[in-house]
Amino acid sequence: MSDIQTNEARYAIGIDLGTTHSALSYVDLQASDGEKADQGVLGIPQLSGPGTVEPLPLLPSFLYLPHPDELAPGDLALPWTNGAAAPVVGEMARSRGAGTPIRLVSSAKSWLSHPSVDRRAAILPTDAPEEVERVSPLAASTRYLEHLKAAWNAEHPDAPFDQQAVTVTIPASFDPAARELTAEAARSAGYGSPTLLEEPQAALYSWIQGSGGRWRKQVKAGDIVLVVDVGGGTSDFSLIAILERDGNLEPHRVAVGDHILLGGDNMDLALAHLVARKLQAGGTQLDAWQMRALTYACRGAKEHLLANADATTWPIVVPSRGSKLIGGSIRTELTRDEVTTFITDGFFPRVEASARPAVRTRAGLTQVGLPYAQDAAITRHLAAFLGRQAGATAELEGFQGKVDAAHTFLHPSAVLFNGGVFKSDILSRRVMDTLNDWLTMEGAEPARMLEGADLDLAVARGAAYYGYARRGGGVRIRGGTARSYYVGVESAMPAIPGFEPPLEALCVAPFGMEEGTELELPGQEFGLVVGEPVHFRFFGSSVRRQDHIGTVLDAWSPDELQELNEIQATLPAEGRTPGDVVQVKLHAVATEAGTLELVAVARDGQRWKVEFDVRSTEQ
Amino acid sequence: MSQPTNLPSFWSRLSLAFGAFFKTLGDAEFAARVRDDQVGPVAAPAPAPAPEPKPAPAPAPAPAPLRIATPDAALQLLGLLQREARLIDFANENITVYADADIGAAARLVHEGCARVLREHFTIEPVRGELEGTRITLPEGFDAASVRLTGNVVGKAPFNGTLSHRGWRARDVRLPQLADKHDASVIAPAEVEL
Repeated sequence: MSDIQTNEARYAIGIDLGTTHSALSYVDLQASDGEKADQGVLGIPQLSGPGTVEPLPLLPSFLYLPHPDELAPGDLALPWTNGAAAPVVGEMARSRGAGTPIRLVSSAKSWLSHPSVDRRAAILPTDAPEEVERVSPLAASTRYLEHLKAAWNAEHPDAPFDQQAVTVTIPASFDPAARELTAEAARSAGYGSPTLLEEPQAALYSWIQGSGGRWRKQVKAGDIVLVVDVGGGTSDFSLIAILERDGNLEPHRVAVGDHILLGGDNMDLALAHLVARKLQAGGTQLDAWQMRALTYACRGAKEHLLANADATTWPIVVPSRGSKLIGGSIRTELTRDEVTTFITDGFFPRVEASARPAVRTRAGLTQVGLPYAQDAAITRHLAAFLGRQAGATAELEGFQGKVDAAHTFLHPSAVLFNGGVFKSDILSRRVMDTLNDWLTMEGAEPARMLEGADLDLAVARGAAYYGYARRGGGVRIRGGTARSYYVGVESAMPAIPGFEPPLEALCVAPFGMEEGTELELPGQEFGLVVGEPVHFRFFGSSVRRQDHIGTVLDAWSPDELQELNEIQATLPAEGRTPGDVVQVKLHAVATEAGTLELVAVARDGQRWKVEFDVRSTEQ
Repeated sequence: MSQPTNLPSFWSRLSLAFGAFFKTLGDAEFAARVRDDQVGPVAAPAPAPAPEPKPAPAPAPAPAPLRIATPDAALQLLGLLQREARLIDFANENITVYADADIGAAARLVHEGCARVLREHFTIEPVRGELEGTRITLPEGFDAASVRLTGNVVGKAPFNGTLSHRGWRARDVRLPQLADKHDASVIAPAEVEL
């Protein structure tokens, strides 16, 4: 279906829809050949202040909802709105919102993947007063995507956005519902049929492209690349094995991690609170405005101290709010010890391979705020990930026999870092040292760090390169879906008073489904009542690679299967009598667009999509 | 960035803009003409960078029909320097009452912010690549606008001398575009916390 479109496409466009920043990169398909891709990054015109438009390489993913009297309408015009007010997205949204947080929508992406809220409901900003017209996480994401599209069209009037091959990136840890919602946001922003790509994969694509063919010298068949992606708001891990097929190296994504809401912004905030406590001890109380300025200053000081191993202290100045700059500013400093204690040892402690995060990251599904990670130690989350995936390559072609049952975690042989946090050598070295300690303890070779990654723009660049590689232009990462999925079925057994019938998990979509494949659940038919929604409990597993479609599990450990939001199938009443029961079979479809679909198929061939994102009734 | 080729170079535009800016500040008569002439439109919010009106060669002592750039670019730069570096707050504060350490702390903010504005909105490079203090030779026909001769200026080119300052050249200027009705004279709005 997308072929007509892709044949006409002049550009492959990659969009990094980030938690804190978005970016757009593109590959000129006509000027590219083989692994030589002609690539650029679009400067995104955006308001940097009232009436001031600047093209910047990143679009901060913030939306500001101004008071009607706050800004003159002419001050909100963008080059493509013909003088009319546009939604306040980007740099000005962020800077304005710092002063008026009740009108600022931030982290829309984290809300889009938050399972226990209605993501189509106008809930953001969560602490906005009544009179502010809130927006849904879906609508906010749509606005960012619309802005990027308009920016492209203004720059390339001869190559309309909706005729290009567009790839939008998502965290590898996104569940099917969050993936579907991202695709929906892109479609409502007028993206035609966008393709989704996991961010760690995009980072690897960017690295492959940036190496100009030399990547084949840096990795070899049998390597397992660990991608550690720590963004502004999330941490994401993936494992990519390098296979050799027909003499060519082929990257194969074998595992993805859980969704961890923990990133660089948490680190800046942690330091700001530390410095604020120091100031408080000296009798200086900071207000909310100064606290934000302090967070900003701490980010700068952290970057300096982490980039420069010789510096022992870095001065911090919190500017006065009034016009008396010298008289009103507060001066303090951040020391190396503090940064080491709070960032290096706080977020990247040297832990054992057997360490695990203190509390499960998604303990309850009923929280009101975002489900932030409760353990700040990224290395502990990494240990848990590698431990859980110890057998990830056991059945992979070319890797049999390499997996030792005595290994308590999967042994990566190379590491690719992504995200601005790793601009600091100290932090990337800490992760390498910790990982290599674990490897040495189990008698394995130390892993090496892959050099030459572009930490800020890799995801957008990799996404554009992927759009190009899909057309046969370059190396592609294989691997299919990174989870298997199950619906909960009550087992047939005599009722026992006081006991719920035990739940069995029926595999409806196995691990590693390649794009464009469709599988039918054998044997099992479900009776759906026309016009009445049927709910299923829904589970996902990132470790059960061996289950086939139709496999029934009667017991599993909580680590193996995670319960996701329930899913819902509704047969529309058109052409049928409400109340009738229709026998359907379930099909799993891994779409070309990178989403997973469950489809109910009646005996006469009619199909209905099973909805992953069920509107919660209680909200 | 695509730039029309028939317009003055960035270097001459920058020199003109600064020339006009300082002349406007320092010369009340000149400033009055700037105000009353109403030359040229405000930079339009078009997708392409707004070309500035055709300027006169150099800010010579005011021949009668002089066309000058609008003060908007200068005001915009002041706005950026205030926003990022608090430059106007800093310059307008009476520093005699403060200790050097306090001034130094504020100077860090100003320095960091100014550097950011220069980095983000200009591409600045030395006019001469040689180290300061080295002997250099200026051939005949050298660009007198980019090299200033000082001291014993006699004879003909080639001139031999010591490079005392490398000079700076703005290779690129990237000022934000302004909305049609935007009042650039408000360098920093007053802030009222509700």
